[in-house]
Amino acid sequence: MAQTTHGVGGVSFDASKRTWPNEINVLLALVLITLVFEVLNRMDGGSFLFNTRANVDAIFNEQRINIILLQVAITGIIALGVTQVIILGGIDLSSGSVVGATAMIAMSFAQTAVVNGNPNPKAIFGDWAMDLPVIVPIAVGLGCGLVAGFINGFLVAFTRIPPFIATLGMMVSARGVAKWWSNGNPISFPTESYASLSNGDLLGSLTFGLLSWPGQNPAVVFVLLAVLLHLVMVYTVYGKRCYAIGSNEDAARMSGINVARHKVLVYSIAGMLAAVAAILLTSKNLTAQAGMGVMYELDAIAMAVIGGVSLAGGRGSIVGTVIGALIFSVIISGFTSIRLDAYYQEMVKGAIIVGAVVLDQWRQRRRAARS
Amino acid sequence: MSDIILKTEGLTKHYGGVHALQDADFELRRGEHVAIMGDNGAGKSTFVRQITGVEQRTAGRIWFDGREVNFAGPIEAREAGIETVFQNLALADDLDVPSNLFLGREKFLLRLGPFSILDRRAMRQATQAALTKTGVKIPNLSNTIRNMSGGQRQCVAIARTATFASKLIIMDEPTAALGVRETAQVEGIIRQIKAHGEPLILISHNMRQVFDLVDRIVVFRRGRIVANLRKDQTTGEEVVAYITGAKTQPELEVVA
Ligand SMILES: Nc1ncnc2c1ncn2[C@@H]1O[C@H](COP(=O)(O)OP(=O)(O)OP(=O)(O)O)[C@@H](O)[C@H]1O
Ligand SMILES: [Mg+2]
Repeated sequence: MAQTTHGVGGVSFDASKRTWPNEINVLLALVLITLVFEVLNRMDGGSFLFNTRANVDAIFNEQRINIILLQVAITGIIALGVTQVIILGGIDLSSGSVVGATAMIAMSFAQTAVVNGNPNPKAIFGDWAMDLPVIVPIAVGLGCGLVAGFINGFLVAFTRIPPFIATLGMMVSARGVAKWWSNGNPISFPTESYASLSNGDLLGSLTFGLLSWPGQNPAVVFVLLAVLLHLVMVYTVYGKRCYAIGSNEDAARMSGINVARHKVLVYSIAGMLAAVAAILLTSKNLTAQAGMGVMYELDAIAMAVIGGVSLAGGRGSIVGTVIGALIFSVIISGFTSIRLDAYYQEMVKGAIIVGAVVLDQWRQRRRAARS
Repeated sequence: MSDIILKTEGLTKHYGGVHALQDADFELRRGEHVAIMGDNGAGKSTFVRQITGVEQRTAGRIWFDGREVNFAGPIEAREAGIETVFQNLALADDLDVPSNLFLGREKFLLRLGPFSILDRRAMRQATQAALTKTGVKIPNLSNTIRNMSGGQRQCVAIARTATFASKLIIMDEPTAALGVRETAQVEGIIRQIKAHGEPLILISHNMRQVFDLVDRIVVFRRGRIVANLRKDQTTGEEVVAYITGAKTQPELEVVA
């Protein structure tokens, strides 16, 4: 609509002057924060993003960028799932623990029988579970995430337990499962095919060798999933229902949306995305530990909220969360780059999470004041 | 087949100890426009929620379009042909106008279960057409409902009922929050509905509006139907007397 029309009350509206999307602000914040860290590093004679060592032939500081990318990818995949849950008007505190449980269970089906000529010292099961095709641990892992997510969704949809409590219960229980699975022992020595899930060159295979990005499969998977989920949220009835339920659950119900069923579906998908993160993480690290993924749920929620997803539900986007994930990881790496003590980093991380929620509250109030 | 489109018998709803609706016997003929009046808390909205399946009644029977019905939810009522503007509007604040108009009955490009791909262009065009047809003016269709005035929201909710073919339209205080011009607009829509011969239940506190628009007035008081009056055989004073309880109709003879 290019023409100017008149609305109720005769207010004129110029369609060419759209309000600019919140995502632009978030993107500007990302650029600004990156610049600040670049400047801080330059003052120290180094660089945040660029290579400054004469003996290395590279434009960028690849080590740092790889760290940022891995963090964005693993936690970001969880954040994609969390985003749709928050848009739905819920919350998922269980994702970090689901990562832990899935890591342990999937890895125990991904082990190889012989390590350096000796039997696998970390073997969980007997020979029957050794050297299985890679699809087995993947299927088992996704199954774990699905079960956890389904239980979350079921509790939220069919009992009157608030999502906060239901997923808190899952957070504690899933961590229990992770510890119980191998009595707290790490599970290591995966098959080569499992190790290549993260360390191979997925982009190379997808583009038939046209492009190549070896060792960056988590980032590739993250981008693919982000694009897929963005399309789903914007162009399918799935996304429409998420936004509808998150902004007015009663209206959604009265409009004939099966709210309970949709909630179960959304939480299940969030659980599966946590499982994808767990599989990529264990494949990257070649080991699974019961403590994997601790606090990831909070990082993921922070990424979403920084990206403009409102904890009140109904508002936010996958694009926002992707940029939010980058901001979050840049801040964490940024503080490492200026050699901020690890304890301070934890405190800063806490402050970022609280700050993001304060920002969300402020946005909500401003919106309420305007309408 | 009779010309009764909707009939209730002994319709009752208790919320715990609150007898919000008690033994409501109600009839609506095809093409007839009926107003429901009554004080705040008289049970008008409760009556609507029982008919439309939003809540499950405590007792009573409902016939719609010639058969007895037991709607398990609002979607069943809507599929049977009852379109409703609820008092609390039932709009999703963070969605734009077309999404709200088609909420729960989207048009699809490709059906893939819960991942069916929306036909956004078709819904937009249909929305435009519906708004033009009903004379509702919304400056920007892509604007979310949250950023609209109360009147604009109301217009969206009303345009929604008028967009889809239906056998019965129910409006619960559709003009409660509207200015003079917007009220006139909604009344225009109601006249269009009358001209199409579609039956309507209008809940309103506005005596002038009721006398302008409907054929019959049913008065609720303390959860009971206390009067059933032909418009041309009653006066505003009489209706007020029934609403306040100053007058009672001992036998509710079927009028009209
Ligand atoms: N969900 C509920 N739980 C308990 N009581 C309720 C509930 N819904 C309505 N009521 C009570 O039932 C009575 C009738 O309410 P209802 O909403 O039908 O009134 P109304 O006639 O529509 O009033 P108004 O003109 O203010 O809209 C009121 O006393 C109300 O408090
Ligand atoms: Mg009411």
